[in-house]
Amino acid sequence: MNREAILKKFEPNLSNILYIMHDLQDNNPERYLAKEDIEACGDYLNVPYSYVHSVASFYTMFSLKPRGRNIIRLCESPPCHLMGADSLIDYLKGSLKVDIGGTTKDGMFTLELTSCLGVCGVAPAMMLNEEMFGNLTPEKVDSILDKRRKEI
Amino acid sequence: MNLVRNHVLISIDAGTIMAGARAVEKALVDEINRQGLAGEIAVLETGSIGATGQGVVIVVYPEGLYYANVTPEDASEIVEEHLLKGRPVKRLIMTEMPRQQVIRKEKTGLLKEQARIVLRNSGVINPENIDEYIAEGGYEGIERAFTELKPAGVIKEIKDSGLVGRGGAAFTTAMKWDFASKAPGDPKYIICNADEGEPGTFKDRLILEGDPHKLIEGMMLAGYAVGAAKGFIYIRGEYALSIERLEKAITQARLYGLLGENILESGFSFDLAVMKGAGAYVCGEETALIESLEGKRGHPRNKPPYPVTEGLWGKPTVVNNVETLANVPEIIRNGAAWYRGYGTDKCPGTKVYTIIGNVATPGLIEAEMGTTLRDIIYEYAGGIKEGKKFKGALVGGAAGAFMGPEMLDAKMDFVNLKEYAAVLGSGAILVMDESTDIVGMLQSVLHFFKHESCGHCVPCRLGTKQLVEIVDRIAGGKGKVEDIESLVKISEVMRDTSFCPLGQSLNLPISSSLKYFRDEVYGRVQQPA
Repeated sequence: MNREAILKKFEPNLSNILYIMHDLQDNNPERYLAKEDIEACGDYLNVPYSYVHSVASFYTMFSLKPRGRNIIRLCESPPCHLMGADSLIDYLKGSLKVDIGGTTKDGMFTLELTSCLGVCGVAPAMMLNEEMFGNLTPEKVDSILDKRRKEI
Repeated sequence: MNLVRNHVLISIDAGTIMAGARAVEKALVDEINRQGLAGEIAVLETGSIGATGQGVVIVVYPEGLYYANVTPEDASEIVEEHLLKGRPVKRLIMTEMPRQQVIRKEKTGLLKEQARIVLRNSGVINPENIDEYIAEGGYEGIERAFTELKPAGVIKEIKDSGLVGRGGAAFTTAMKWDFASKAPGDPKYIICNADEGEPGTFKDRLILEGDPHKLIEGMMLAGYAVGAAKGFIYIRGEYALSIERLEKAITQARLYGLLGENILESGFSFDLAVMKGAGAYVCGEETALIESLEGKRGHPRNKPPYPVTEGLWGKPTVVNNVETLANVPEIIRNGAAWYRGYGTDKCPGTKVYTIIGNVATPGLIEAEMGTTLRDIIYEYAGGIKEGKKFKGALVGGAAGAFMGPEMLDAKMDFVNLKEYAAVLGSGAILVMDESTDIVGMLQSVLHFFKHESCGHCVPCRLGTKQLVEIVDRIAGGKGKVEDIESLVKISEVMRDTSFCPLGQSLNLPISSSLKYFRDEVYGRVQQPA
């Protein structure tokens, strides 16, 4: 869908800005809000570029730099910490050879941390794009990521 | 007409979907069709049944038999053995059963079976079917409000019930509604705060996924009481299934004439919209949430004026938590006196908890106000995992307080916990066994706050950064005694000077960790020569 069509889905009210940005970001193959996305959003809602940028930068679900095709969001809240999230973070950093916020060389995965995902009953947990995974171990994470690599 | 002889309920919530519930559902339906039982067996979706971490859970009625960790490969065996031949599949029967009743605060030997209040329908009805909610007495509350109580009567009933907000601040609900109803300004708004971000808390998600109509009715009643025609549900962007179920429920309610113009010929018009957040913990603070709804950065506002007089777009606005609103239809339907039969004198009703961490059966529970921590852990959650010893619990989320073993017999309610400088907060209970490192937990809590501080005010923006540096130093074995004193001092300044509850609440986990685990924390720093 092009930008125009996405914008047209919403009334040009400022209260729709989060919805519009969610959709623009989902539509961007590099899964971020590009300069052009922010411009288009600002023009449509009749607010300056700086305003849209300031709102986008406030919320963690929006990214202002290009990301990989798949986004790993590992929960680092106290419940997951208690169940061993720390060692998973280290494991993923090592196996993907990226830092937090970084994207793998092949552009396949971006590693991010997230606040509580609300699935603490199966901590430690993560989201891979829109899907949640729990009771994670290094082996389980490996098999989830391997599966995703093969799907693409 | 075929008579359905077995109902198979499959719990569909974020947790079970993760475990593959959709695939199991499909396999069951396929298998039932294949074995020619389509007219006799009905497969129905329901919300969470209260157990988490047990994979895909199904319940077969009329037997009421629970199966856990079901996989698609088990479908043919369940259908052939149980549903066709009547022989339950023993290896899949759930051993750790979730308790479906409220636990009485004073136990009389046996647990009395009771209806739950907030979770009464969760895991029992199909949340995507409005008829099932209606069959369970749903929308009777709004009917009683229209015909008998009128707006002032609704506020009075809520006032008499003693309901206080379940989001954490425990403010009297009726007082909020009363202020908003009397505040000049038009239109007025009702906002449901479903921006559940307190670590360890997922009660609101499961209420929304398990019984969305209850929230809709609660919001209608709030709207009717204060004279609002429009309501918003501000929900976390991460809660995809909740958003889907709510939108479906709203569409159904509109179709039944329960939302829209002139509802049930009462002259009252009310409609709802769902708004999706984008990942900001601070938006759980009501004025930050309102800013976010208006399309701005989610910075908290100056108070006063409070939202009840100047809220969304400057109009009188009531902001209530999901659980608070989910109590309302039951109170209106059954009356304040009935509600007061639960809980304590000062704190009537129940509380929904999420109990997680090192317990045998983590999950979602509803207990009467005044239930002890011991009962919650040992009666509901099966005690500590692997028979280990209880070390402590973090109660109320990251903005909550640590509790040591000496708090096991303290009665849990909003009023009583205050006396111990603890809080009920969001109702998250993170249980820690003897192997837990308290400094590590504190470190995780402080990192969380550093990440979520919105940067609006100086004490919180700089304070969280300082606290993280210090706690990292202590955890790394390079801390000094003065570092611990700095943690306390900085967090006290933040408590007294921060702009919103985010910065103000950090002192609680720090001071409580020292209160119960003083020796352990001091043991981690270099001792003075």
